Order: sequence, then C-alpha cells, then structure tokens
Amino acid sequence: MTAPGLALQALSVTTTGPAPRRVLDDLSLTLVPGRVLALVGASGSGKSTAVSAALGVLSPGLRLSGGEIRLDGRPAAPKALRGRIVASVLQNPRSAFNPLRSMRDHVQETLRALGRDWDARRVHDTLSGVGIETPEQILPLYPFEMSGGMLQRVMIALALLSEAPYLFADEPTTDLDLVVQARILDLLADAQARHGLGMLLITHDMGVVARLADEVAVLDRGRIVEQAPVGDLFHAPRHPVSRMLIDAHLSLYDPEPAR
Amino acid sequence: MSLLAARALSKTYHSRALLGPARARSALSDASLSIAEGETLALLGRSGCGKSTLARLLSGLEAPSTGEVLFEGTALPDLDRTARARMRAAVQMVFQDSPSATNPRFTVGRIIAEPLRHLTPLDRTGRRARVAELLEQVELPPEMAAMRPSQLSGGQLQRVCIARALAPRPRLVILDEAVSNLDIHLQASALALLRRLRRETGMAFLFVTHDLRLVRRFADRVLVMDEGRIVEEAASGRLETLMHPASVRLRTAILPPFPPPREVEDRARNVG
Repeated sequence: MTAPGLALQALSVTTTGPAPRRVLDDLSLTLVPGRVLALVGASGSGKSTAVSAALGVLSPGLRLSGGEIRLDGRPAAPKALRGRIVASVLQNPRSAFNPLRSMRDHVQETLRALGRDWDARRVHDTLSGVGIETPEQILPLYPFEMSGGMLQRVMIALALLSEAPYLFADEPTTDLDLVVQARILDLLADAQARHGLGMLLITHDMGVVARLADEVAVLDRGRIVEQAPVGDLFHAPRHPVSRMLIDAHLSLYDPEPAR
Repeated sequence: MSLLAARALSKTYHSRALLGPARARSALSDASLSIAEGETLALLGRSGCGKSTLARLLSGLEAPSTGEVLFEGTALPDLDRTARARMRAAVQMVFQDSPSATNPRFTVGRIIAEPLRHLTPLDRTGRRARVAELLEQVELPPEMAAMRPSQLSGGQLQRVCIARALAPRPRLVILDEAVSNLDIHLQASALALLRRLRRETGMAFLFVTHDLRLVRRFADRVLVMDEGRIVEEAASGRLETLMHPASVRLRTAILPPFPPPREVEDRARNVG
C-alpha cells in the first residue's frame, strides 16, 4: 500500500510563444499529513509557479509541459484538488477577497462550493478559532472595512472550513507587520497541528521557515537545489543558494554595531 | 542646532463620506524630535502607528494640523525662497513601493536626473555624468541608465530610488520602509549599501521601519511610536531597555533565528 501523501512529480512549466523557456524544471515534492514542507527561494525563483502548476491555475503565457500530481499514490487532476483536497492561503489578502462581497458572502460561497449548508455554530467556532473575538460582527463587513491581519484570519478560517487535508500557504504573512505576522504564524501552526494538515509553506523569509517548517526545499531558477530537514538546512546548508539565504537571514540577528 | 526638528506635530485627516458627516481621524499627536547632522534615527512602530505620517510631515510633503517642522532652526513656512530650495535639496525621501514611486515611461537615467533638473544648476552633460556616478554609487551598471523600470528587478529599482534621493547631495535621507518590500537577502544587501554610503558621505538618515532587527543593524537611536504618539526612546545598542508595551510587542514579534531543537528529536524518533 502507498503511504498517504500529496506528491507533485516532475512538474515542468514552460512559457508559451515562439521561444519557449522553462521556468520550472522537473520539480518533485511530497506533502505528508501533519508535516510542514517549506519551499523557499528568491523572488522569481518559481515558488508561486510551482503552486499554480499543482492547482492548475497557471497564468496566461505559461503551460504545464510535464509531470503529474498523485494523491495517496493515485493520479489526480489539479482541478479536482482545489478547495476539496487543497485549501489555499494567499499573499496580499486585499486582492484575494472580492471587494463587492461581504465576509458572510465569502463564507457562504466556500460552503456552497463544497455542497454544505450554512452552519452558524461551525462558522462561529471556526472564526473564533482564528482569533476573531466577535465573529457575528465581522460577517457583514466588506474587505475595505477590515485590516490586512483580519482579512488574513478570515482567509485561514475559510481554508479550515473547507476541511481540506492539505494547505498551500503562499507568502501568508509577507505584507503584514511583524506583530500581526507573529500572530498569524501562531494561528497557522496551531491549525496545522490541530487538524493534522499537510502544509506547503511558500516563503522567502527564513524566520518564517524557522518558526513553522519541518522540512525545507530550496528553489533556484526553477530547480530544487537542496532539500533537507529544517535543522540541517539552518546548521549545515550545502548548496550556495541555501547558504546565501541562511547567511542573509542570520545577518539580521548579528549583534555587530550599526557602524 | 539640529538639522531637522519637529515641535509638537499633530495631523488629523478628514475622510469625507458620500452620505453622512465627515469623519476626523487623528494620525499623529504631539510628536517632537530632532535629527542632528550625520545621525541615524529610527522611527519604529506597527502599521498605522503614524510613523509614515510623521516622515511625510518632516519632509515637507504635507503640512501638519498643528505644530511645526524646523529646518536649521527655522519653521518651514518661514523659510525664504533660497532657504526653501536648500531644504528641498537637503532632505530627500525613499519610499517603500518603488514601482509606484517611479514613472514607468521614463528611463532610469531620466528618473535619477529628475531632482538634478529641479534642484541643481547642472546642464544636460553635467546631469548625465552625475547619473553615471550615482549608478556606480548604488552598485548598478552604467548601461542601466537606458532601461525602464519594468526591465529591472524589485531590488534594482529600489537602488534606483536610492540613487535618485542621493542625486542632489542631501544631508538627510528619509527611508520610509524603504527595504521592507524586498526579499530578506536583498534587504541585507540594501542595508550594507546604505551603511557604506553613510560612511562615505556622513549623511543623516531617518529610518522608518516596523522591524526591530533592522534598527539594531542600522540606527544610532530609536523612537518607538504607538497610536500616533512617540512613546519611548533608546540608543540602538540598548534596545533591551525598551519597556513600553508597544516596544515589548515589537520585540517579542521577532521570529527565531533558528528552528526549535524539537526537529532533532523528531528525526531521532523517525529513524528509531
């Protein structure tokens, strides 16, 4: 029997047009329930492309040129994963929410997509579970009436409401200030542990990796150049790109004087 | 005498609703500070604490509701024409979002030359030479002068904005979250660049940030802001003495440099 897991196998993505260029090269990753795998790399290294390819939502101008997704050993269509098997938390909640729809509408849409009825108790419990103290008061609000941190909480709540066993978190705290970031990361860690989620964490911030990840894959120009348990990567990075990311991160903690 | 100072600055913004009464929101209350020649002062606080408002008032981009900004001891509205021109050249600003702070139709050369046209007597040839010098100063290749913002990476474009700020040889550069949109490794190299520039030019900096780690790396002194007020001050070597709840929140929000040691146990268990 195959072990449970969500495997991205040898995914390649190419630009369309007269001179095709590979932007993702033979990427393989396996998510396991209850574990957090971080995919790290500089801007433009292909992190978000990997996520879009896995979920079948590549931007125009890009196409999947090879590879497949396997769920518990069986081939799975990217489209079938979205929302049911994989929930997503995205960067910049401001653009992820429909500005013309209230929070209640967003919750309703999530439930309807999964064929569920409105369950006031469950909605209340999930929203309070992500630190929203008065869920009934935020339901009528529109995105512009809420802070970035509050919107990100609602996005996590929507992900949890879906009861999907896997979570893709793409730069979930990048646009938030550090105080809000710390709370959102606590929340993600808590939700991940409580629900035993298999999580793919996309980030350029090694501090976020240190806080959440069990395992780390380092992406450079569309290729995974190193994959290791988080402790090994921080204490003994092997690839020059991993070393550069770790050194830059640690330099922020370096107590050397300002001048 | 300080280079630039704020005396009891307050700023209230009025938002006009389509229906119903206008609402007033206080963004800054009773803020006073002074920046000495060559000093690096950090303004630290969370989103919405008023630090960017204070930075904009100090640069003269906006006028305070009450209080005054003093350049070399004279309140900004009292500066005569030549003193005002001197102040415009002496105080420059770098913003967080470099794509929206640059005109996408202009070449990099023209973007950097813009303050030279308005604030210096340089002619066309002189400006071109100065642009080349500035690109070198921010460690970008001279050919980049002919490129447009969309052809540059985020880190390169932020360096273009720093070059533009340096163009009129300012005595103070205000960095409003100028590195926070960049990847961590680019933040680290941008800070190294700014430190080098400070050593070479003796410029003063006002460094606006929400990241306490960057303060320790870059500033001499820090002012912590919360809910529109300056609540605490410390030398950057003594950040551990900050006691205000807002300061403590910012300190405890810093992520760990290393992952927790539980990893080792986990792996031992998996192997065993």
